[in-house]
Amino acid sequence: MHDKTLTELKAGLQAGDFSSRELTEHFLERIKRHDGELNSFITVTEEQALRQADAADQAIAAGDHRLLTGLPIAHKDIFCTEGVRTSCGSRMLDNFIAPYTATAVEKMAAEGAVMLGKTNMDEFAMGSSNETSFYGPVKNPWDTERVPGGSSGGAAAGLAARLAPGATGTDTGGSIRQPAALNGVTGLKPTYGRVSRWGMIAFASSLDQAGPLGLSAADCALMLQAMAGHDEKDSTCLNEPVDDYLGALDQSVDGLKIGVPEEFFPDNLDGAIADNAREAMRELEKQGAKLVKLSLPSIKLSVPAYYVIAPAEASSNLSRFDGVRFGYRCEDPKDLEDLYKRSRSEGFGAEVKRRILVGTYALSAGYYDAYYKRAQKVRRLIRDDFSRAFKDVDVIMGPTSPETAFKLGAKADDPVNMYMADVFTIAVNLAGLPALSMPSGFINGLPAGTQVIGNYFQEGRILNVAHRYQMATDWHQQAPGGFA
Amino acid sequence: MSHSGNWEVVIGLEVHVQLATQSKIFSGTSTQTGDDPNRHASLIDLGMPGTLPVVNREAIRNAIRFGLAVNADIARRSVFERKNYFYPDLPKGYQTTQLAEPIVGAGEVEIQLESGDKKLVRIHHAHLEEDAGKSLHEDFHGQTGIDLNRAGTPLIEIVSEPDMSGAEEAVAFARKLHSIVTSLGICDGDMSQGNMRFDVNISVRRPGEPLGTRTETKNLNSFRFMEKAIALEVARQIDVLEDGGEIVQETRLYNGETNTARSMRTKEDANDYRYFPCPDLLPVMVSEEDIQTLRDELPELPDARKARYIEQYQLSAYDADLLSGSIATARYFETAAEHGGDAKLAANWVMGELAAKLNAEDKDIADSPVSAEHLGELIQRLKDGTISSKIAKQVFEACWNGDGSPDRIIEAQGLKQMSDSGELEKIVDQVIADSPAQVEDYRNSDDAKRKKKIGFFVGQVMKATQGKANPQQVNQLLQQKL
Repeated sequence: MHDKTLTELKAGLQAGDFSSRELTEHFLERIKRHDGELNSFITVTEEQALRQADAADQAIAAGDHRLLTGLPIAHKDIFCTEGVRTSCGSRMLDNFIAPYTATAVEKMAAEGAVMLGKTNMDEFAMGSSNETSFYGPVKNPWDTERVPGGSSGGAAAGLAARLAPGATGTDTGGSIRQPAALNGVTGLKPTYGRVSRWGMIAFASSLDQAGPLGLSAADCALMLQAMAGHDEKDSTCLNEPVDDYLGALDQSVDGLKIGVPEEFFPDNLDGAIADNAREAMRELEKQGAKLVKLSLPSIKLSVPAYYVIAPAEASSNLSRFDGVRFGYRCEDPKDLEDLYKRSRSEGFGAEVKRRILVGTYALSAGYYDAYYKRAQKVRRLIRDDFSRAFKDVDVIMGPTSPETAFKLGAKADDPVNMYMADVFTIAVNLAGLPALSMPSGFINGLPAGTQVIGNYFQEGRILNVAHRYQMATDWHQQAPGGFA
Repeated sequence: MSHSGNWEVVIGLEVHVQLATQSKIFSGTSTQTGDDPNRHASLIDLGMPGTLPVVNREAIRNAIRFGLAVNADIARRSVFERKNYFYPDLPKGYQTTQLAEPIVGAGEVEIQLESGDKKLVRIHHAHLEEDAGKSLHEDFHGQTGIDLNRAGTPLIEIVSEPDMSGAEEAVAFARKLHSIVTSLGICDGDMSQGNMRFDVNISVRRPGEPLGTRTETKNLNSFRFMEKAIALEVARQIDVLEDGGEIVQETRLYNGETNTARSMRTKEDANDYRYFPCPDLLPVMVSEEDIQTLRDELPELPDARKARYIEQYQLSAYDADLLSGSIATARYFETAAEHGGDAKLAANWVMGELAAKLNAEDKDIADSPVSAEHLGELIQRLKDGTISSKIAKQVFEACWNGDGSPDRIIEAQGLKQMSDSGELEKIVDQVIADSPAQVEDYRNSDDAKRKKKIGFFVGQVMKATQGKANPQQVNQLLQQKL
C-alpha cells in the first residue's frame, strides 16, 4: 500500500480496495517501525488520525468524495494545528499547544485529508540540513549517515521512506525543494501569495510560502489544488482564481521553451550535478521542448541579499517569543530583563540566535541603508531578470542543489558554506516565483533533483512539465532500501 | 526666580488620537473599553505565532478624514512599518506604525488667540499606528499584570511643526485638534481616558539664536495641565540656562496633582527601533475616488461652524470660536438657541452662567445637569416676560440641582412675574408712601439724577414682590406716580 502514490491511493479508496482506517493504520504502523531511525516526526497524532480516517470512511460510504478524502498527510511542525503541539522545531515552543489551525491545513482537512502528525524541521525553518532542530537531526533514508536537507527535512525524509504518502512543507529559501531533491521526492514552492500564510509560524514573511511534497508531480498537483486560494486572514495572499492543476498535467510539452540560465551551470559546479540536470532537460527535448540559453545576471547576488532580508525579517518576527504570553519561560526570572534574556537565550538554538543577530545588525541605525535597503534593490533586479527571461521562455530549469546529501555534521562549523548551497533556490523566493524540484536520477547512490521554475501563477505549467518528465522516467518511483 | 532679558519659547506637539472604530486596527477585535482585562484580546492581539494582521479600512478612512479636515496631502500610497522594541504590553515585540510614508502629509490649522489674532500652525504629518496594551502594577504581589484590551486600538499620531510660541498657542492648537477630531466623529475626545494624548516638545532660546535643545513632556491629560506643564518646563529651562547649565534632551513625565515633572529617560537610553516596512501588510493604496467620496461626506468643521455663527447669529469672532470650538458645546448651543428662539441669549447663557457652573464643578458640557432643551425653555420664559433675568438665574440653579424643567420650577415655586398691574400698583403706592424723604429727594433732582435715584424705588418694589415683578413695568409705574 505504501509504495503507491497519493493519486493511486485515492483511486483505491474510491474503488473500496481498502478503507481510510486501514490506510491510516498502515502508515501509523510504518512510522512506529521506522521513525526511531529517521526521526522525521516530532509528534504523531494517532488518535486524531484514526478519528479523521473513520470520518473519511463514513463520507466515502455516503458518496462524498473530495480532493483528499481519507488520504493521510504529514504536516510540517511549522503549521499551527489546534490542540496539537506546534513546536517549529524549537525548545521555545516545545510546550506550545496551538489554539487554532493554519489555513493550509484547514483547507486540506476540509477536502477530507487525515493528519498523521507533525514533521521534524530545522528550528524555525532556519537551516538546510535539519540539524538545527531541538528534536535532533532527521536522517536521510537513502543513507542514514547523511542529512535530509532542510528545513522541511522531516517531510521529505518521511515521504521518501514511505512513512506518509503526502506532506506539507514551507519554503523560504529552498526549504521544500532542496530536501525534496536530497530525498528523491517531488516538492513544489508555489507563487508567493498562492497559499495562505495564516497559522504558519513566520520565519521571513516576505519569502515564506507553503507547498506540497509528494511522490510525483501529480500528487503535488492534487495537494496544491486543496491548499491554494485566497484567504482574507492573510493580506499578502492573492485573490487570483485557482487553476485546474490536475487537468493541466497531461498537456503536451511539444514546443515548450525551456530557459537554461548560464548562472545555474557555473564553472565550479560539480560536473555530475550539471550533467544530471542537463540529462533531465534532454528528456523533455525528446518530447519536443526547445532549450533556450539565457542569463540572469543578478542572481549571483541572491545569496547575500537573502541573508540580509531573511534574518532582518526573522529578527522582528521572532521578537514575540519573549517568555511573557506563551512558549518557553526561564526559571525564576529576577526581573523583566532577566526574563527576556534567559527565556530567549535558553529557548532558541545557535542558528536561530545567529540569524537574529545578523538581522538585528542589518536593520540597525546607520546600517539599514547599506544592508536592508540595498538587499531590497538587489531583490528588484532579480525580479526584473526573471521577468525579462519569461518574455522568451515558458519555464526555466537547472539543478535544485549544487550537491547531493552531505554527511551529518559535515558543515556544522561552516554556516557560510551551508548558506552558499542555497544558491539555486533562493532567487526564486526573492522573486516570489513558483518552482518545483523533481527527482532526476542518482549520483553515487544519492538522489539528485532538477528544478523547474515558472512565471507567476504558472504552477499548472511547471507541474505539467514535471509530470511529462515523470511519465517518461522512473526516478520518482525509486524508494530507499531498508524501509520495507 | 525672575528671568533676565527676552526668551523665546518654541513648542511643537505630538498628539495621539484614538480612533473611534468598532474594531481594532489589525484584528477585528472589539475596541470596547471597561471590560475585564484581556476580554478583548484575540489570537492576533496576543501576537500568537502564525497570526497575521489585516488592516481595518475604517481606520484608514478616519485618518483620511482628518487629513482632509486640515487641508493635508493624502498619500495615495502609504506604508506600515514595524517599530521594534521589547515591552511586556507590546505583544509582537514591535509596534506596527508608519514612518517614511505616512498616510497624511503636510497640512495646517488656524488657531484663534484671545487677542483676536489668528495664527496658522503647520502639521508636519499624521500617521496611523496601533496602541499597546497596559501594564498593571497593582494587586499582583510584586508581579506585573498585562491587559491587552487596548492593544491594537487604532491611533493617528499628529505631529506639528514647532510653530507655537507659548502655552496659549499650544493649548489653542490642542483644543482646535480636539474640536476637529470630535467634529469629524473620528474620536470621542475623552482625554481623561487617554483617548486623546498630548506630548509637548519645548525649547527656549534668545531671540535670533538657533533652536535650543528640546525636551518632551508626556502625560498631559487635560488642557489645564498642558498649560501648567508648559509654564513649568519653560521656567525650568530658563532657570537652567540662566544658571549657566545645559538642557538635556529627555522625556519628562508631568504630574498634574502636584504640578511637578520628572525626567523619564534621556536620549542616551533611546532605543534603536530598527524600523522596516511590515512584510505582512501591503502598502495602503488610496484612490482619487476614495478621497473625493470622503471629502463629499465631511461634516461641518469648526472653521465653517465659526463662520456660520458669526454670519447667522451675529456673534463676535471670539464668542463664535468659543462656541464652535467643541462639538459638544456647539451642539448644546445650537439646541438651546433653537429651543429658546434667541441665539444671542443662548450664547450669553452658555458662555456665562453655564460655563461658570461647569467649570466650578469640573463637569463636561455633555454631562451638564441642565440640558440644552431646558436652557432653551428658560430662555423662552425670559423672552416672553414670564420671568426676569434675576429669577432666571434662580430657575437655572434649581434646574441644575435637579428640580425639574424650568416651567415646572417656575410653576412650583411661584416665580412667575406679576402680570396683574392692579396688585403691582398697590405695592408701588405703598413703597412711595413708606419713603417720603426719598420721594422728596427724587422730585428735587434733575432728569439725569432721577434716572439713578429711581433705582432705590425699583429695588424696594422688587424686594416687596420677591423679584417677581417685571422691572420694566415697575419702572414705568414709578415714573408715572413720582
